Amino acid sequence: MNATIRWFWFASPQTFFPLAGTIARACGWLAVPLAAAGLYVGFFVAPTDAQQGEAYRIIFIHVPAAWMSMFLYVVMAFWAAVGLAFNTRLSAMLASAIAPTGALLTFLALWTGSLWGRPTWGAYWVWDARLTSELILLFLYLGFMALQASIEDPRRADRAGALLAIVGVVNVPVIYYSVQWWNTLHQGASVSLTRAPSMAAAMLAGMLLMALAFWMYGLWASLTRLRCIIRERERA
Amino acid sequence: MSWGGWSGFWAMGGYGFYVWGAYGVTLAALAIEVWLLRRRAREAQA
Repeated sequence: MNATIRWFWFASPQTFFPLAGTIARACGWLAVPLAAAGLYVGFFVAPTDAQQGEAYRIIFIHVPAAWMSMFLYVVMAFWAAVGLAFNTRLSAMLASAIAPTGALLTFLALWTGSLWGRPTWGAYWVWDARLTSELILLFLYLGFMALQASIEDPRRADRAGALLAIVGVVNVPVIYYSVQWWNTLHQGASVSLTRAPSMAAAMLAGMLLMALAFWMYGLWASLTRLRCIIRERERA
Repeated sequence: MSWGGWSGFWAMGGYGFYVWGAYGVTLAALAIEVWLLRRRAREAQA
């Protein structure tokens, strides 16, 4: 093989199938110790929050789920766009494989946020910019899945879904910056690249470990579903 | 962080309902997805 990597070699579902299995297995096995370490730090090392008491411990699943819900949407829209532009089957299959896990993590971000909002704000739900845009993200995932499921021909379903996914990507920066653009009840970013984190080191460590665990879980789930889709479609 | 025994741990300083409600549903949802995916993978292989 020469110096240039033959990217298109991996664009064939059959050649990517075993590689996806290897990556999925590695990620699946990594997710378990990372989650165990994150939960240990989160519950037994991180101190009680001075303002929120123990209720803040929801952060260890809320923030990773919310991060992944946005990140997975961008990855899904990216591969949907690649599939639309280059007509590569694998890219479109990858977009379809990511959607259910993205939707689940969006639901979990909303659910855990709701249970955190009640003791800290006094309400399970408010029509706040951050919460509303995250709810729209859930509807975008569900809309993508419903649209694809409603079209019989998989290639046409891929193209229709891709358009929806690409249009919906504008919602992601809206979610991310909503706490700055609007006067919201939701607290600002806990972690930023430009300034020191606004939390204790042990809290941050627990949150980052859980974020890595969720990342590994997302990769495991998406690639495992991708393998199912490849098998199901190539057989038909 | 010391919880002073299991009852203190489950009580979560009075926020047990919220904290365990969040963790319980997350764990259940992920477990269901893992189960569904493994079943689908088995069926796709057959």
